[in-house]
Parts: sequence; structure tokens; C-alpha cells
Amino acid sequence: MGLAAAFWIMAVVAVVSALAVVFLRNVFRAALSLILCFITVAGLYITLSADFLAAVQILVYVGAISVLIILAIMMTREVQRGSPANKLGIPAAIVAVILLGIMVYTVTSTPWKVAAEAPLSPTTVPLATKLFSENGFVLPVEIGAVLLLAAILGAIVITREKDK
Amino acid sequence: MTIGLTHYLVLSAVLFCIGLYGALTKRNAVIILMCIEIMLNAVNISLVAFSSYIVPTLLTGQVFAIFVMVVAAAEVAVGLAIVLAIFRGLADIDVNNINLMKW
Repeated sequence: MGLAAAFWIMAVVAVVSALAVVFLRNVFRAALSLILCFITVAGLYITLSADFLAAVQILVYVGAISVLIILAIMMTREVQRGSPANKLGIPAAIVAVILLGIMVYTVTSTPWKVAAEAPLSPTTVPLATKLFSENGFVLPVEIGAVLLLAAILGAIVITREKDK
Repeated sequence: MTIGLTHYLVLSAVLFCIGLYGALTKRNAVIILMCIEIMLNAVNISLVAFSSYIVPTLLTGQVFAIFVMVVAAAEVAVGLAIVLAIFRGLADIDVNNINLMKW
């Protein structure tokens, strides 16, 4: 019962804050509601008993990505005239609603084979053995490290001032 | 009414479509990046829900969600760097006015 209440609160807050990101005129308030959306997603991970992912969500999204986005908003501040919409409003709304209808129909009409046993409750150690074991995901972890290094170097090179 | 897999998947679909609508309609490049982050978070919710309900002891979906987070972090770093570089060159981040490569 408590889980259901937590899910509904998180779901409503997540949807409302995502709508606020799209429809608020003030860019900074949109960024703040994006942070609220990230926090509720972390709460949803907790209701799914994914505790490590909830912590990573708070650290990476609420901590790092939000700071990056707010920094970008601050650096481009003098051109911020709210967040206007382009001429594609009605076609984009039609596309989004049709896609939503298709996805909801597919999800509700598919007979999912829900497993009977309870999910693992502390997930950190099983995730570590899954990620770093011999027959696990060691190669994607290394590739992810190289990808992050390349992204850091690329961001530095792109934003560096050219004129000395 | 107990909360099942369908609830999480429908919530994920709703968040994804909100992000898609924002990414298609907004003219501010930073807002477009924020909407893409919402879409990636929606995908992560559905991955974790599948992992928790279909294969509760394998955690494969959570591993995939971690990799999605890695790619999202790289994407937002490079994307905001590109936005700042465009802002320095053009003094504008309205994507309707950034049409140098349009023919």
C-alpha cells in the first residue's frame, strides 16, 4: 500500500515537472523543474528496488548534469527570451499523442511474463559482480570509460578560446 | 490496485512523449537538450522496470540503465559544449537561426 502511494506521488510529480520543463516560459525555472523530475525518477528507482541506480541518478543527474545545464543557461543568459515554440506545435503534438497511444496499447495488450520471485534487495554487490566479472560486462565498461574520456576531451577542445 | 509492470511502462511512455514533444517544438537549444534528458530518463525507467519484474535476479536491465547514463553524461557534456561554441560564434542559440549548414 505504501509502495502504491509512493509510486502514484512520484509518477504525478514526474509528469507534472516534465510538462513544466516543456511549457514554462522561464528557462531557469524549466531547469529547476527538470531537477525535480530527476529526483522523482530516483524515487521511482527506489520503488523498483534499484537502490544503487537511485544513488547514481542523484549523483550524476541531480548533481552533475543539472549543474552543467544551469551553467549553460547562465553563460547564454543575455539571449534568453524565454523558451519560445516553433511552428511545429500541432504536428509535433499529433506525433507525440499517436506515439503515446501506440505505446500504451502495446504495453497494455502484451501478456508480460512477470516473474514470481522478489527482486534482489541490495543491488550494489550483484551489480558489481555483473559489471566486472569475467563473463560479464567488462568490455562495455572499458569502452564506456574511453567514451567518457573522449567526450571530456571533445568538450574541452570545442569550448576552448581560439584567439590567444 | 497493486502497482505492476504496466504502470511503470505507461509512465515511461508518457514521459518519453512529453520529452519528444518538447524536443520537436522548442527553439532554445538548451531546452532541447533538457527534453532529450527527459526522454533518456523515461527509457531508463522502463529498463529498470523490466529488470525488476521480468528477470528479478539477473539485473541486466540495471546494467543497461548504467550504460545509458554514461552515454547521456557524454552527450550532455558535448552538446552543451557545442551550444556554448555556437553562442560564442553567433551570439544566438535559437535553433531556427542556426542554419549555416542548410542549403
